[in-house]
Amino acid sequence: MATSSAVRRASFDASTAVSAAIVLLLAALVLMPLFWLAVTSFSNDAKAFTLAHYRQLVADPAFAKPLWTTLWTSAAVGLGCVGAAAPMAWLVSRTDLPGKRAWRTLILASFVTPPFLGAFAWVLLGGPNAGLINQAYYALRGVKPFDAAPLVDIFSAWGMVFVMALYTFPYVFTFAANALDAIPGDLEEASAILGAPPWRTALHITLPLVLPALLGGFLVAFLQAMTLFGTPAILALPAGVDTMTTKIWSLFQFPPQLGLAAAASLPLLVITVVLLRAQAAIMGRRGYSVIGGKRGSAGQAVRLRGFTLPAVALFVFVLGCSIFLPYGVLARTAFLRNWSAPLAGNLSLEHWRFVFLEFSQTRLALFNTFVLGVSAATAGTILVTLVAYLSLRRLVWGHRYLAFLATAPVAIPGIVLAVGLFLSYTHPPLVLYGTLAIIFLAYVTKELPVGYQQVTSSIRAVHPELEDASRILGATRLRALFDITTPLIRNGVIATWIFIFIGSIRELSATILLFTARTKTISVTMFDLRESNDWGPIAVLSLTMLAITFVLIAVVHHFTNARLR
Amino acid sequence: MRTTRIAALAAALFACAVAMQALAQETTPAMLAAAAKEGKVVWYTAVDVKVAEAVAKVFRAEYPQIALEVERSGSERVFQRINQEFQSNIHNVDVVNSSDASHFLLWKQQKLLAKHVPPDVQRFAAQYKDPDGYYAVWRASLSVMGYNTNLVKPDEAPKGYRDLLDPKWKGKLVKSHPGYSGTSLTGTFALEKVLGWDYFEKLARQAVQQLQSTTAPPKSIASGERAVMVDGNEYNMFIEIQAKSPVKIIYAVEGTPFVTSPTAIFAEAPHPNAARVLQNFLYTAKVQQLLVNEGGLRSVHPDVKEPADRTPLKDIKLLPDDPVAMLPQVAEIKKRYTAIFGN
Repeated sequence: MATSSAVRRASFDASTAVSAAIVLLLAALVLMPLFWLAVTSFSNDAKAFTLAHYRQLVADPAFAKPLWTTLWTSAAVGLGCVGAAAPMAWLVSRTDLPGKRAWRTLILASFVTPPFLGAFAWVLLGGPNAGLINQAYYALRGVKPFDAAPLVDIFSAWGMVFVMALYTFPYVFTFAANALDAIPGDLEEASAILGAPPWRTALHITLPLVLPALLGGFLVAFLQAMTLFGTPAILALPAGVDTMTTKIWSLFQFPPQLGLAAAASLPLLVITVVLLRAQAAIMGRRGYSVIGGKRGSAGQAVRLRGFTLPAVALFVFVLGCSIFLPYGVLARTAFLRNWSAPLAGNLSLEHWRFVFLEFSQTRLALFNTFVLGVSAATAGTILVTLVAYLSLRRLVWGHRYLAFLATAPVAIPGIVLAVGLFLSYTHPPLVLYGTLAIIFLAYVTKELPVGYQQVTSSIRAVHPELEDASRILGATRLRALFDITTPLIRNGVIATWIFIFIGSIRELSATILLFTARTKTISVTMFDLRESNDWGPIAVLSLTMLAITFVLIAVVHHFTNARLR
Repeated sequence: MRTTRIAALAAALFACAVAMQALAQETTPAMLAAAAKEGKVVWYTAVDVKVAEAVAKVFRAEYPQIALEVERSGSERVFQRINQEFQSNIHNVDVVNSSDASHFLLWKQQKLLAKHVPPDVQRFAAQYKDPDGYYAVWRASLSVMGYNTNLVKPDEAPKGYRDLLDPKWKGKLVKSHPGYSGTSLTGTFALEKVLGWDYFEKLARQAVQQLQSTTAPPKSIASGERAVMVDGNEYNMFIEIQAKSPVKIIYAVEGTPFVTSPTAIFAEAPHPNAARVLQNFLYTAKVQQLLVNEGGLRSVHPDVKEPADRTPLKDIKLLPDDPVAMLPQVAEIKKRYTAIFGN
């Protein structure tokens, strides 16, 4: 028995050591890039202290203008998202809108569509002259391109705002829909009983109750828009409009202006931290409204009657623009020799043949993307599972730091993280630039918060008593984790793995600064093809990426449903 | 005295012989065996990706034992990537092709290139090869204007660059970027001497769509997205015309920039023998004729024949490239251009 207790003591120490090791690992992962970012932003070429980079940032209109563009376009995206998503969430949650399930599924589909794929598709749809929407518009009016103003000009700051909003509104929708689902219907029912018409109830009772969620959603949409790289590079650069992310990217052209790039990253970082704190404060205060029982039965849904058509039209418009039209145009382009010409005599498999048989980048990029996706998802899942477990059970030293470090990357925009990683790993002791390892670190770090949230909610569902029982029977803490808890949270862990995998294979904004010829991914290969307007191959790669994503989501769906059974 | 002179002469002759041997490096069975052992060769090129892959396809058929990896980007981007990689001590590239000929001057000065003269290059005219044997012109093209024939009638098409300042072209123009493309850079350098920066400032007010690669504007006007291109590759225009796209080339009255695009092997190439096999292959009459016939390019190989339907170079007013004069101005040109047109 003495030996058994000694073993237990030793293994208890082991889990403390594991915890301490993970704290150090996370600190290195998350804090080191930020440390080098700060140091570099204050250093001149002779490595002496300077404020010159910040001075240039403030004084040079070449930076002031992109910063202003970034701020107003992100705000416009936030407002657009709230404007569309708030009524959509209300319609899905409170009314007798037909096809609610289908709409929710489709909103999920636009959520997982890589935003830069949407931007590619919208070049083909909304190019002012050859874009298919404008071609149809000119044909309808019986005029030739250039003889009249286009219906949409996607190559503009507003075009960029529109496309960003199409793939950002699902965040706001989810926030609002969750809030609506959580709010008990009592107050609304009381309002209805007292004779208020539905619109009045919605405006005076429901809206104030979900306002915090909408504000939170606005801030998240703002942040999403601010940190995107692909969409502004594809849609705004051709119109001569820069945002902060495209500006930072251009500073990385050789010879890289690292001090300036680091200094230019700082506003993005500061804005993100401030907005996330604001969001936490706003969302945290929501508690006041959620007193009372569950919402009543479905029978009390607001009847839309004559408004059904406009309501459905709203969904058709938003999802048409974010899913149907883009997917349609990508599928069309992939099978046409000339994407802007009519179908007749234009059908061809040449782009498929080129991408999968001739283009030497395809195999390398697919391989790299796959290796990065699998390794980042595996390492990330193991890491967040350990972190979530240790920080939730609060048993060992460091659990407070663990949760903080695992969620901190949410405040680091992808391109800023990439600048920090580049600065950390292009010099000794650890030179990782040029290897897949540096991109791997970027993906793991970037996906930590999402994975952590996902696993945390799974572990919360497992009562510690089960582990205690195993511990009483002599199992070590780590053994209890692997033998008892892990099987119980298996589905959550698998879902986490797939989420990180999907997040990794679509990553562009960090990869664009970190890749080299040997370490290209599918996303940067597509970005390279864009610079020479090779839309056919881009469409083929887009469809491939979408197919992989949706197959994996079907797998997640299968596992999460299995859990319910 | 006499003996020393004879000795000196003998030494000079010997040096010449050695040099000749070093210069004429045909693909021998020994070189091929060594290349097969290396198994791979990495080629960074600025030529249009489909042209590059067409060349690669022929190479793979001829040398199945050597895996050829093609990395395509704009010349300036290729240059930046190589510098960034070398600075980080990454040696991935074996053979490089760039349409900014000044890159080769710089790399040669920095002693980054390997001396190698493919057999075919020995017969090239002197102005198309480095006298010291480090690089030679692999392909040439023109940076041309062009238009979409569905959108612009031939008699209304602009005749030259100055015509593009007419208000009627506002919002209809597309051009490439000298910060990305070597052809665009070379063209901008040549045109600036004729037209001045003042011209580019006026042009920027015409709401020009700014693309990156010179391979892109021909595709843009072929799709009808813009009506007239300010600069784009002549060879992409020939490819579009062969594919029956509604486009036509304009050789501007002010002159058309002629852009040579050399190829070289890096001294620290990870696959030095395979690099030499590839380099020799790239200059063969067969590949050069392929570049001309299918790629729409111009070749400086003496045996290559131009298709009859293409305007011969002698009938075009050319603005020849001048990499020596351009080299010290490259950074300034990019900076000024970006200030006017954006990134």
